[in-house]
Amino acid sequence: MPIVIKNLTFTYSAKTPYEKKALDNINLQINEGDFLGIIGHTGSGKSTFIQHINGLIKPQEGEIEIFDLKLTPAKRPKVDLRALRSGVGMVFQYPEYQLFADTVEKDVAFGPKNLGLSADEVAKRVKNAIEIVGLDYEAVKDRAPFELSGGQKRRVAIAGIIAMQPKMLILDEPTAGLDPFGKEQILNLIKYLKTHCSPTIVVISHDIDEITRFANRIVVFNDSHIVYDEPMQQLFKHSEHLQEMGLDIPRAVKVVNALRERGIDLGDEIVTAEDLLKAIITRYNATHSTNIDENAGVFDMYDFSQKWLTSEEREALGLITVPKDDTNVDNKARKSTKKFGLKSEKKNKSIKKEAASKNKVKEDEE
Amino acid sequence: MRDISFGQYYPVKSFIHSIDARIKILVTLLYMVSVFFIVSYTAFFCMFTLLTIIIAISHVPYRIVLRSIKGLLFLLIFTAIINIFFTSSGNSLLSFNIGKLVISITDQGINFAIKMALRFSLLVLGSSILTFTTTPTELTDALEVLLKPLTYIKIPVHDLAIIMSIALRFIPGLMEETDKIMMAQKARGANLDSGNFFKKIKAMLPVLIPLFVSAFRRADELADALDARCYNASNKRTKMKVFKLKATDLISFFVFVALVVLIFLDKYYIGAMVPSPDLGGFDVQGLDIFVYNLIKSISG
Repeated sequence: MPIVIKNLTFTYSAKTPYEKKALDNINLQINEGDFLGIIGHTGSGKSTFIQHINGLIKPQEGEIEIFDLKLTPAKRPKVDLRALRSGVGMVFQYPEYQLFADTVEKDVAFGPKNLGLSADEVAKRVKNAIEIVGLDYEAVKDRAPFELSGGQKRRVAIAGIIAMQPKMLILDEPTAGLDPFGKEQILNLIKYLKTHCSPTIVVISHDIDEITRFANRIVVFNDSHIVYDEPMQQLFKHSEHLQEMGLDIPRAVKVVNALRERGIDLGDEIVTAEDLLKAIITRYNATHSTNIDENAGVFDMYDFSQKWLTSEEREALGLITVPKDDTNVDNKARKSTKKFGLKSEKKNKSIKKEAASKNKVKEDEE
Repeated sequence: MRDISFGQYYPVKSFIHSIDARIKILVTLLYMVSVFFIVSYTAFFCMFTLLTIIIAISHVPYRIVLRSIKGLLFLLIFTAIINIFFTSSGNSLLSFNIGKLVISITDQGINFAIKMALRFSLLVLGSSILTFTTTPTELTDALEVLLKPLTYIKIPVHDLAIIMSIALRFIPGLMEETDKIMMAQKARGANLDSGNFFKKIKAMLPVLIPLFVSAFRRADELADALDARCYNASNKRTKMKVFKLKATDLISFFVFVALVVLIFLDKYYIGAMVPSPDLGGFDVQGLDIFVYNLIKSISG
């Protein structure tokens, strides 16, 4: 059953000098199975919006239909908030700041207990949830949540939500403040949750490169309005407007746009680094009648240059030809390819740019 | 949580906002003391009129100023009732026994209760005008200047001022934090608003513990940040904003002093000049007598 939001409007501190309109006539339908990304500036209304879905904020105007429940500004009939919150799990920004119990187990059990489940069921869910987030149940269950590392704390907090087994999961900046490794883990966890726990997921993120890795649909908030609501592949046709609004676009899209400016059109549908790599290899195969495997996986600029470029092309790019078995020189050469591949100012424009973009791609991959 | 109005700065431009914060603090102190010396209903009336005018000049909507008294309404009514029942002097209007205890409601009791309530509202309204029209930074800066003489008896005024300004600065942040944590726990099915008193307190634990943890974390971070910038409260520091008295500041100060003099005259002098007429239970004092005589001479 889709979630339908109609004409939702919300104003903070109405009728005071601090008055701020956070949402202005928002209409949106979230379908079951959506992997929805929400992007927008701080203060664009996205957080206020998701708090409405969970019944944490009562609508001032407009209405929300969700799981046979109807949220309206009217006082009656009273909405069954417990049903709503067991259906919609909400992971706030920095969720580790909401941990309070003296053991991890008790903290994760807080949600399911509030749902009024039996002790057996609660224990089962807690164990299950802690394992899903990738922690060792036996090892952490009796530890105090405050002793854990940042990434672990966050996973415990997420487990607390998963243990309620929501049909829909909302995450507000799930990777904020984590190191790259912790980010990677959380992103993989979200992907796993999508297939194994809650079929509908909504993620708010500032990092566009992150959100494009899993979302299939992106909603853009700006100035309390929804500006775009598009499938991910379509959104970046509006790159220019997005950048005008001060929003970042994926690095792969930047490369595609830069190439287009220089006369190389790789198409509109490239969003991720993987897409870009494939497109470049396909194009290279087509123009050079070579046969590089586009699914080769991790792309190695050095291997590529040694294997597929002619010595003139290498020279044009400022690359050195070195025998591959000499590992010492090999490493040096790798470094220099990175440097010179971008800096060289010789002719052979199109190849140079393609290689430059590949270089960028390589950085992305790393 | 977001809608608490007591003590919140109201950001508009007005004459009252522009008055030197030191003057405002002094005047407010004087005002609070003098409120306790008001005896006649006429003076109360004058004071309320004056407050109304000041609020009008300050451009803070009456609705918002009155909201600050709303939270204290219970206390106000409670003290008034206690005063009515437990003042035994004066003419008894009504008396009844509860067991051995004789409780009588007297005319003086009623007068006293009314005046107490009036005094209380004057205090709250007057002091909230100060906080509505003065930013917390101005307030602490001004307090620091005013308390400067205390440094001679080795009281670390600057340290106290910085502690106060940090405390004030953290209030909105902590409010927001409370809001967020409450939401997060509500999202986990916590029931924070229903149940009896003890249940409610127990239900608040999941909010209070993270709140304390975060307050300590913030305090730690702030201390580190101050340290990292070599902050040293005891050294001589210059101010970003230096107070300068304007002519209008002095004028408003003296206008107020004149008013205070009037209040004291009302209590100790005016009332003593003429005997007060007997109006049954109605308490007539000071300026009231003049008003009473005036009304009598007009109506013949």
